[in-house]
Amino acid sequence: MRNVFLFIGRHFNFLFFLVLQIIALSFLFRFNKYHEAAFLNVSTEITGRIDQRYNNIEYYFQLKKTNEALVQENLQLRQQLKENYEGPDSLRRMISDTIKVDTGRSILKYRIMEAKVVNNSVTAPANYLTIHRGFDQGVRPNMGVTGPQGIVGSVVNVSKNFATVQSMLHYQFGVVAKLKNNRETGTISWNGQSPLFVTMKNIPKSVKVNLGDTVVTSQISSLFPANLMVGTVAEIVPDASSNFYTLKVRTATNFSTLEYVYVIDNLQYDEQKRLEDSTRKKIQ
Amino acid sequence: MSELLKNIIRFILFILVQVFILFKMPPLHRFVTPYLYFLYILWLPFSLSRAALTFIGFFFGLCLDYFTKTPGLHAAACTLIAYVRPFVIGLLISQEGADKNYVAPSFVSMGWAPYATYVVVLTLLHHSYLVLLEWMSFGNFMYFLGKVVASTAVSLLLILLTELLFFRKQKFRTNTI
Repeated sequence: MRNVFLFIGRHFNFLFFLVLQIIALSFLFRFNKYHEAAFLNVSTEITGRIDQRYNNIEYYFQLKKTNEALVQENLQLRQQLKENYEGPDSLRRMISDTIKVDTGRSILKYRIMEAKVVNNSVTAPANYLTIHRGFDQGVRPNMGVTGPQGIVGSVVNVSKNFATVQSMLHYQFGVVAKLKNNRETGTISWNGQSPLFVTMKNIPKSVKVNLGDTVVTSQISSLFPANLMVGTVAEIVPDASSNFYTLKVRTATNFSTLEYVYVIDNLQYDEQKRLEDSTRKKIQ
Repeated sequence: MSELLKNIIRFILFILVQVFILFKMPPLHRFVTPYLYFLYILWLPFSLSRAALTFIGFFFGLCLDYFTKTPGLHAAACTLIAYVRPFVIGLLISQEGADKNYVAPSFVSMGWAPYATYVVVLTLLHHSYLVLLEWMSFGNFMYFLGKVVASTAVSLLLILLTELLFFRKQKFRTNTI
């Protein structure tokens, strides 16, 4: 026993170094796998506050771009109003399929909440956004996040007033998307190279794909409602060794000028997940 | 200003500069990440014990990690260079006894060539370990090599600029007083 203490005493510095290394590495690998780490809630709250101070100043320099993005989005929504469509044939009746909010409560699937982006990065291989809306304001992990122009990412971590969003520009991010023309589904991921492009995989070569085709979210994804903009096809990479295309997709969202985002709460997700989990258990 | 207060202010400044200026810069290339924050560890006083130095490295890295949402990544790299630092200093100035007569490592206290070697060795070590940890979760060997070389070059340039802009005056202390 005495020898053990002597050993520790003699090599204290090295052992202390080893202990700290192990703590640091366990933090890192645990976070990479489950997005959890000690003190993360407290620290998100603190860093969020500092980020918010910085953003108060930085926001002024982005006002013009933010405004333009919001006007574009308004324009797109106004274009969808029923009054804009009228045929010359009066026998042809237009039926508005927009549901009134009051009567639609029981079948509401997606609830949308706005949030201010206070911190944002595009340069790292694992990019996160911090938004100023947290647990108290109804944000939970695994909610989808979309911007004025297109989808942004998903919530991974929530503190009291802030939430961390895993951006689409993250090597672990994946979402099911489809080509708007022929509804062929594939998965979206990021290869870490350019913040302007993401990769879409698993599109069979039998499908006709053109440059500039629109990629939208699929109804299969539980994070997002169907038909939200993801991006446009910028390059078709024919992979000779497989029967699938790899598409390079230009993201609709400009990640470096993002100021406001919408958090999407899927109200029917719990029920769906419970059913799917119990099915999986039955099969096993 | 006392040495402790100076170092606390530096601690905060280095983290804020790294997070809100260097990480916010538009990316030149995906291999280039401008790191400067670890200069704080190179500037710590000689008089700190090894254990204290290692712990400060860990804590400093962890603080940065909570901003970048990568808990443990920078902490691991900073702990490593903080632990290795005394060995490198011991190798480079063993004869002159500068660590007794000066407060902290600098061009003045160590001389140009030893100080430059000290900075290059620790920068390279820091970047290699940091990118190695990134490489373990994704990427390939070219990513590792390219990022270490490119980021080290940019970091050394930034360190040179910082050293010239914020020249640290170092008083020669004798133990006769």
